[in-house]
Amino acid sequence: MLRYILRRLAWSVPTLLLVTFLVYIALRIGTNPVESYKRVNPRASRAKIQQYIDVNGLDPNFIQGYFKWLKNFITGDWAPSIKGRREVWPALKDAMANTLRLGIAATVVGIFFGLIFGVLAALRPGGRRDVFINTSAFVGISIPPFISAILLQLLFAVYWQRWFGFSLFPTSGVYPAGHTGFDLFLMLKFMALPTIIVAIQIIATYSRYMRSSLLDVLNSDYMRTARSKGISERRILIKHGMRNALIPVVTIAALDVGSIVGGLIITENIFSYPGMGLYFLKSFGEGDFPLLMPWMVVIVASILLFNLIADISYAWLDPRIRLE
Amino acid sequence: MPGLTQGSALSEQNEKVLSPRQMALRRFVSHKAAVVSCIIIGVLALFVILAPFTARYGVNQSVQAPPNSFLSPRSNAWLGTDDIGRDLYSRLIYGVRVSLLIGLASAVISVTLGALVGAVAGFRGGKFDDILMRVTDLFLAFPFLVTLLVVRNVLGGLPWLKPLTGEMNSVRFIIVLFSIFGWMGVARIVRGQVLSLKEREFVEAARAVGASRRYIITRHLLPNSVGPIMVALTFSVVGSIIGESTLAFFGYGPQAGDGATSLGILVGAAKGAVQTGFWWLAVFPCLMLIIVALSINFIGDALRDATDPRLDRGA
Repeated sequence: MLRYILRRLAWSVPTLLLVTFLVYIALRIGTNPVESYKRVNPRASRAKIQQYIDVNGLDPNFIQGYFKWLKNFITGDWAPSIKGRREVWPALKDAMANTLRLGIAATVVGIFFGLIFGVLAALRPGGRRDVFINTSAFVGISIPPFISAILLQLLFAVYWQRWFGFSLFPTSGVYPAGHTGFDLFLMLKFMALPTIIVAIQIIATYSRYMRSSLLDVLNSDYMRTARSKGISERRILIKHGMRNALIPVVTIAALDVGSIVGGLIITENIFSYPGMGLYFLKSFGEGDFPLLMPWMVVIVASILLFNLIADISYAWLDPRIRLE
Repeated sequence: MPGLTQGSALSEQNEKVLSPRQMALRRFVSHKAAVVSCIIIGVLALFVILAPFTARYGVNQSVQAPPNSFLSPRSNAWLGTDDIGRDLYSRLIYGVRVSLLIGLASAVISVTLGALVGAVAGFRGGKFDDILMRVTDLFLAFPFLVTLLVVRNVLGGLPWLKPLTGEMNSVRFIIVLFSIFGWMGVARIVRGQVLSLKEREFVEAARAVGASRRYIITRHLLPNSVGPIMVALTFSVVGSIIGESTLAFFGYGPQAGDGATSLGILVGAAKGAVQTGFWWLAVFPCLMLIIVALSINFIGDALRDATDPRLDRGA
C-alpha cells in the first residue's frame, strides 16, 4: 500500500509540471501578458517593462520563459500584480480562505442531504417517493447555477424586501460594507444563498449516485444472505447496505472537486463573494499574469491532490487495484 | 418511468416479435416526461423557424414611441420591454433561434469528431489511446468555466485560426469553441462502447474474413454505437446552449451585433435587472433556458433508457 502511494505521489510531480507548463502557454497566448501590462500601465518605461518580463519569465521562447517563471515561483520571488502592484500571496490567501469556507459549507450540506435523499429513493425503487426525488434531482442538475442564483436573488433579496419590508438574505459580499471583525451570525447570513446554490447541484448529483449505488448493493447476494440470517432490516441497511454503497460514492466525490470549484466560481461572481472565483474572473479580465499563474497552480495542485485521494481511497477499499 | 417499463416488458411477450428499433421506440414512448419534452421542443422549434410570423416585432424594433423602456408586461408587449423598449417576447424567439442553432451545429460537429476519434482510439488502443484519454481526463477535471475562458482566449489569440473561427464575438467562433470542447466527452463514451464491442464474435468474424480496419469501424462498430452517440448528441446540444449562456452571462459571449440576440445575451441582461426589480427581464429568459435545458435533457435521458437494453428491467 505504501509503495502504491509513493508511486502515485512520484507521478504527480511531473504531471503538475506538465500541466502548469500547458497553462503557462495557454495564458501567454490567451491573455498576452506583456500587452496587458502596457495597457494597464501606459506610461511604464522601457526598463520597467523589461523588469516585468524578466521577473515573470515572459521570454519570447516559451520553454526558457517557463523555467524562469518556475524558478521565481519556487524561490518565492513572486511578481506583484500589474494593476496597483499588489502583493499576490495575501490576495490569494484571502480568496482561498473564503472559498474554502463556502466550499466546505456547501459540500457538507450537499453531501449530507444528497445521501439522505439517495437512500430514501433507493429504499422503495419505482415508488412515488423515488420518482419524486429522482425527478427533482434531474431538474436540479439541468438548471445551471447562475440561473438559480438569479431567481433566488430576485426572490429573497429584492422582492422579500418589497413585500415584507426587510431583506432576508443579503446578495453580496461576506460582511456588510464597513463591518470589521468576526461575526458568525452575520457571516452565515451572507453565506446562506451562495451555499444553497452550490449545494443544490451537489445534492442533485449525489442523491443520484447514492441511489444507484445503494440499489446495486441491495440487489446483491450478500444482502439476501444477511436477511436470511434474520438480521434486523435497520441493521442490514446501515451495516451492510450503506457501508458498501458509500465506497463508489466516496471515490466519485473526490474526483468531482473540479465541478464543485466550477460551481463556486460562478456563484461567487454573482454574489460578489470575494473568493477564488471572483479573483480569477477579475484577474482574467485584466490579463493579470502575475495574479493568474499562482491561482492556476493552486487549482491544478488541488485537482491532482483530490485525484490522488480518490485513487488511494479506492486502492485501500479494493485491494485488487494495488497490484496493477 | 421505471415502473412502466416492467409493464411493457410483460406485454411484449404476448405480441409478435419486435425489432430492436421498435422495442427502443416503445421504451422511449413509455417515458412520459420525454414525450412531453418532445412536444415542447417541437412547438419551440416551430415558433423559432417561423420567427418572422410568430414574433410580434423585429429584433431591434421598439414597441412604441418613447417612453418605452422597462415597460412591465402589457397588451402591446406580452412579456414587457427591455432597457431600450424592445419587446422581450419577440427577442426571446429570436434568441432561442440563435441558441438552438449554436447548440445543434456545435453538437453535430463535436459528436462527429468525437465518435471518429473515440472509435479509432478504442479500436487501436496503445499509445494513441493512452495519450488521448489522459488529455481528456485533464480537460474534464478542470472547472468548466476556467477551461472555457482560457481556451476561448487561446483560440482568439492564434492569428492563423482567424479564417476558421471568425471574430471572437461572432456566433461562428462560439460554435467552433464548443465543437472543440464537446468532442472529448463523446470520444470517451464511444471509446468505451467500442472497447466492449470489438471483442464480440461478429467483429471477430469480420476480421477473420479479412475486413479492413476501416470497414470494421465504419460498418460494425459505429452503427452499433448509435444509441450512445445519439444520447451524447442530445446532451451535447444542452451543454452548448448552457455554455453559451454562461459565457454571455460573464460578458464573454457573442456580441449583439445589429441587435441580434441569443438566449445567453438575454440571460446576461437579467443580471442587471435583479437589483432594479424589473422581474420580467430576469424571470422569462431564465425560465426559457430552464425549459429548453430540461426538455432536451429529458429526451436524452429517455433515449439512454431506450437504447440500452440492459436498463429494461424495471429498477
